[in-house]
Amino acid sequence: METIKNSMPKYTLQVNGKPYEADVDADTPILWVLRDHLGLLGTKYGCGIGQCGACTIHLNGNALRSCNVPVSAVGAGKITTIEGLSANADHPVQAAWQEVDVPQCGYCQAGQIMTAAALLARNPKPTVAQIEDAMQPNLCRCGTYHRIREAVVLASNKMK
Amino acid sequence: MIMSSITNTSRRNFLKMSATISGGLFLGFNVSDADAAGLSILDPAEVLEGDIVFNSYLSITPDGIITISSPNPEVGQNIKTSFPMIVAEELDADWATVRIVQAPLDNKRFERQLTGGSGAIPHSWERLRKAGATARHLLVEAAAKRWGVPTSSLTTEKSKVFHKETGRSLTYAELATEASAIPVPAEVRLKDKSSFSLIGTAVRNIDNPDIISGKPIFGLDFYREGMLIAMIQRPVSFGMKIKSVDSAAAKAMPGIVDVVQFKNNVAVVGKSTWQVLKARKMVKIEYEPDGAIESSADHDRIFKELLDKGEATQRRKDGDVEAAFKNAARIVRSEYQCPFLPHNPMEPMNFFAHVRPDGVELVGPTQTPDLARNEAAKLLGISPEKITLNLTRLGGGFGRRLKADYVVEAVEVSNILKAPVKVIWTREDDMGGGSYRPAVRYRFEASLDAQGNLTGYRLRGVGINAGNCTREDNFPSGAVDNLLIESVEHKSPITIGPWRAPITNFLAFAEQSFLDEVAEAAKQDPVAFRLKLLDRAKTSPVGAIKYDIDRMKGVIKLAAEKSGWGTKKNLSQGFSVYFSHRSYVAQVAEVENRKGKPVIQKIHAAVDCGIVINKSGAEQQVRGGIVDGMGHAMFSNLTFKQGAAEQLNFNAYRLIRLKEVPEIDVHFVDNGIDPTGLGEPALPPTGAAIANAIYKATGKRLRNQPFVLQEELKGVKLGDRL
Repeated sequence: METIKNSMPKYTLQVNGKPYEADVDADTPILWVLRDHLGLLGTKYGCGIGQCGACTIHLNGNALRSCNVPVSAVGAGKITTIEGLSANADHPVQAAWQEVDVPQCGYCQAGQIMTAAALLARNPKPTVAQIEDAMQPNLCRCGTYHRIREAVVLASNKMK
Repeated sequence: MIMSSITNTSRRNFLKMSATISGGLFLGFNVSDADAAGLSILDPAEVLEGDIVFNSYLSITPDGIITISSPNPEVGQNIKTSFPMIVAEELDADWATVRIVQAPLDNKRFERQLTGGSGAIPHSWERLRKAGATARHLLVEAAAKRWGVPTSSLTTEKSKVFHKETGRSLTYAELATEASAIPVPAEVRLKDKSSFSLIGTAVRNIDNPDIISGKPIFGLDFYREGMLIAMIQRPVSFGMKIKSVDSAAAKAMPGIVDVVQFKNNVAVVGKSTWQVLKARKMVKIEYEPDGAIESSADHDRIFKELLDKGEATQRRKDGDVEAAFKNAARIVRSEYQCPFLPHNPMEPMNFFAHVRPDGVELVGPTQTPDLARNEAAKLLGISPEKITLNLTRLGGGFGRRLKADYVVEAVEVSNILKAPVKVIWTREDDMGGGSYRPAVRYRFEASLDAQGNLTGYRLRGVGINAGNCTREDNFPSGAVDNLLIESVEHKSPITIGPWRAPITNFLAFAEQSFLDEVAEAAKQDPVAFRLKLLDRAKTSPVGAIKYDIDRMKGVIKLAAEKSGWGTKKNLSQGFSVYFSHRSYVAQVAEVENRKGKPVIQKIHAAVDCGIVINKSGAEQQVRGGIVDGMGHAMFSNLTFKQGAAEQLNFNAYRLIRLKEVPEIDVHFVDNGIDPTGLGEPALPPTGAAIANAIYKATGKRLRNQPFVLQEELKGVKLGDRL
């Protein structure tokens, strides 16, 4: 058992501006490293095959479905999770989510917010069609889509 | 403030709930052991230093923290905001400063700690009002005593009592200790509804700050030192059982603690989720038949046989339906069918259990904590009092978490391993795992006389494990002289469960689509046709009528008015109205015919749920219900081959996404009637409103779901909107 453990590669990850170490198999998806090993539980499991968006994080600023990307693919890349999006939950997207009162059950919303934040980082003034294209990968089973759309527009306005 | 005296209709409950007050300061109030033990990441209803408990819902600390407990599971229906709003309204509490906590399961404090049937608000409306009003009464009495003035000279606002004449005020916190020593009145005055200042406003989901910052508030987020992760391999095919298990390879995988078999399940238990997921694939299980092995093609055949066979269970019979059809000038006959659907809450099933010699700790997301605890107790052969159950937030439910199977699994595995265990289901487990909206087929027949009057109505429903798949007292029952409603059930190894708006989630589509077909045969406008039937039910009712005719007419008229029914030039409108779970909802869908392709542009909804408690939550609940009804009617399909579900994840199973959602306008009837629930009632009417509009736009009548797979829409990419 010990030899197996020792044979595991050790990964140093840059998450939310801090270095973390993880003793995991190379094929462990980033999602489960974050949740099971780093105690960052804001990133959610929904499908495991990159189809629902609940696990969305940023890798070097781009939205990434973390459930089917192995930790070994991260390298020195910078990971941002919902916990690190802002210091006081005051990122324009988070503020808009609160203002528009988007969440119902809330389970998908961290992923929605991360997808929206990545969109606005590269395109601060998206058209409605661009917003819809960007948000299409994220499922919301409660059906909060209208408010998601409204909140992304509001966040875009907040960013000036 | 205007006050009205009300009679205490449930006095015994009220006194029971208030019994703790007589002892004055907090006296070992029944707070569960789990609270005292402290949960690693949850922030449940912990006791505050010096908390003065006014009743099951409410406590105030002398330093000013007003805590309102919300007992029912929060699944996204926003009960954790709307319940406390009702207490705070009657208390005149400062909403901005109240602290709201999710109560653990506690039968001594609460009744019906359940999320299902859209029933929480109607059940608790008066209880919650009384909880707030009683505490307010005691606080006012305490102020009157302290100042030596009559209570009638005092007013309350924002957690303070005011004596306007002298300009004095005291906070509730300053009065709490004295108030708690005053005897609880036998009767309490509730506010006049017209003076509500919090109820009816738009209040944001109180958990938004936790949700948008990624706080670990869901069941899947619950971690405990030493906790093991378990995943369970259940039979892939319904109707199979385990023949043999070879778990040697899985057991040898890193991080795996054990592989254990119980009943027809094999649990792989380990230290981390990914290690368990990998090891699970190494378990070799052989199965053998244990019952019928069915495919969807079998169900299609079985439906046809059951629709034609002689015997059925009669659900309602008015007049002589045979004679009506014999004398008919015209007969309309149609059949409607739906597939199985999994619930697919975004948070898959999971639960934490720790079975110890001295008791059992359960933590997680369940819509029915009481049932979960009772089933756990039954499995272990212990008293339910030995079990504590703390509720996390639920990442959706839709009825799936009304079954306690996954809770019992966690208890079973923890009991075998004598360790704290969290059972996690994958999405594939969820979709293949045996809790479905049942597949159903309906046959409708209507007879019309020469003047186009509906003289006879016959409905037979056949369903897989669906029990009574009709709702025999639904409209148009009561408005038709000759009517026969019956059902037949096929028993199958494929297990079902209550799926949001059970039965009516599809029955409403079938009934309201068929009524459109009948209205067309009678050469009448669909809205006028329905109103005429309702007038008939009012003036000459046939048999029992279990819906409020005037309220149904009210939403029909409001939806027609708000949508400009019959006045739109370039849009085809479809109508639907439904009464379910005590609320009334009418909808108008608008479809544009763009070069032969129907594009759904807008849905107007008119809702009568009585008093709207939270404008923001209620509006979103209606929209969400419509999106849900629309998505599943259009896209979602679960089929079986050789007893196994053929769609196991979102790559093969389609859920509605943002782009496919049209504009939705929500209008509420303002009538001051005591509130009813909204978790379900907006969903049932949607499918028919859309199908009726598509029919008008294209001449194609959709009778089966999901729409995208129907021959009628071949070549049409449904869901395009812009």
